[in-house]
Amino acid sequence: MTQYLLAVHGPAEMGEFGDYGSREAMEAAFAATDAFNDELRAEGSWVFAGGLQPASTATVVDGQGASPVVTDGPYLETKEVLAGFWIVKAPDLDAALALAARGSKACGGKIEVRPFDGLESDG
Amino acid sequence: MQGERAAVERVFREEYGRLIASLTRRFRSIDVAEEAAGEALVAALEKWPESGIPPNPGGWLTTTAGNRAIDRLRREKQRDAKHQAAFMTYDDTPHEPTGPVEDDRLRLLFTCCHPALAPEGRIALTLRLLGGLTVPEIAQAFLVPETTMGQRITRAKQKIALAKVPYRVPEAGDLPERLDGVLAVLFLVFNEGYLATGDGDPVRAELTGEAIRLTRILRRLLPEEPEVAGLLGLLVLTEARRDTRVRDGQLVPLAEQDRSGWDRALIDEGHALIRECLAINRPGRYQILGAINAVHTDAPTTADTQWSQVVALYDQLTRLDPSPIVALNRAVAIAELDGPEVALAQVDRLPLESYHAWHATRADLLRRLGRHVEAGAAYDAAIAATSNSAERGYLTGKRAGLPEPTQR
Repeated sequence: MTQYLLAVHGPAEMGEFGDYGSREAMEAAFAATDAFNDELRAEGSWVFAGGLQPASTATVVDGQGASPVVTDGPYLETKEVLAGFWIVKAPDLDAALALAARGSKACGGKIEVRPFDGLESDG
Repeated sequence: MQGERAAVERVFREEYGRLIASLTRRFRSIDVAEEAAGEALVAALEKWPESGIPPNPGGWLTTTAGNRAIDRLRREKQRDAKHQAAFMTYDDTPHEPTGPVEDDRLRLLFTCCHPALAPEGRIALTLRLLGGLTVPEIAQAFLVPETTMGQRITRAKQKIALAKVPYRVPEAGDLPERLDGVLAVLFLVFNEGYLATGDGDPVRAELTGEAIRLTRILRRLLPEEPEVAGLLGLLVLTEARRDTRVRDGQLVPLAEQDRSGWDRALIDEGHALIRECLAINRPGRYQILGAINAVHTDAPTTADTQWSQVVALYDQLTRLDPSPIVALNRAVAIAELDGPEVALAQVDRLPLESYHAWHATRADLLRRLGRHVEAGAAYDAAIAATSNSAERGYLTGKRAGLPEPTQR
């Protein structure tokens, strides 16, 4: 099994109901995401998941110099930012893509799938 | 001596896809497979000119390459086991047969054409690993620098290894969709050969030939899939007309081709394939395109073509693929059936201003309607939008043949 990051991308500018058009749509997506999380746990694919506060709350730390340089804001100013993520374990990319498709449907956002470097587990 | 070397290289090329596919399954690494295959070629070049080509050259190459790979892996195991492990591809079911047919080339084809890879990477990797074309050959065929093509292939291979693109034939439920991706790659390779972009040869027979060879292999591996037969039918019916398609560096359109120069054997094969796949009654895009080509190649002259049947087939295709390009091709048939005026009205509605064939079609219809000034402008736009030298030559000739506008 390989661990994959399923990163949910959404607009940097959030409205009253986040990325969603209405309170109902937002609540429906939250409920669908909770249900998907339960399925991941039941199927043994779950490692971790979390939603993130808006990108405006991000801080970048560059510790490469003599003393760390801290800057406000996300690393890249873009229109689309990381909104939340899952870490799942899957036997191969096809399996990870299938999980991502379900997660995308549940949370209502586009998902980028990336394998972790060298994290192998047996189950 | 030169002849012997060429003979060895021909056998190697012929066996390359099978060799790489079986080594990749066995050693779970495309890189290991490629290196071992290369070493087996060196061994064959040393040995075969003296001993003669063995009765089963593929078996000889597989055994030799397998032994070299084992030697190499033993040496490297002591060095850096962890690094090596990162570059292993993943095989979920190493010893199980892949559904109805057990052929590693089928797995490799689905891996090379995986939707997670960049489209240009899929094409390059398919030609490299299954076609046995060298990186310089592929670079030349697509008119990109060798380093660019090398990077494309390396990136695709790295993604396969690191993201674990599976090395297997997709399950039945996913097969139709994934098969579409494979067929699209083969069709793109063919089309790049048949109407090559850029200023090189207008037709690149090595690409059309390779696309047909790989599609023939796919057909043997998946004989029950009508779209595979449909694509092969489409390709051979198109290839059959290749020699008549360019004359003196100028493209010759279907209507003006010398039909006695068409390859009858390929046409017969194509017609049989199209009949066979249509009988399965699971129509698809390639079967319909093949059937349209079967109608064209069935007619002794353009005038004898059953245009109503062509239009009916395009109607069927439109239901599957309601794209403006299909509508444009349908309009060309409509011009023969209902006249250029009806066709032009349909063509003008299509949002294809950046497509050379749209301008070329408009130019032809306007010329036939005697609207020569507008036709001239449309030919100019078509010439500016095409990058194929033979097509430019044809359009320039047609443009020059328009009557001079009368003095005001």
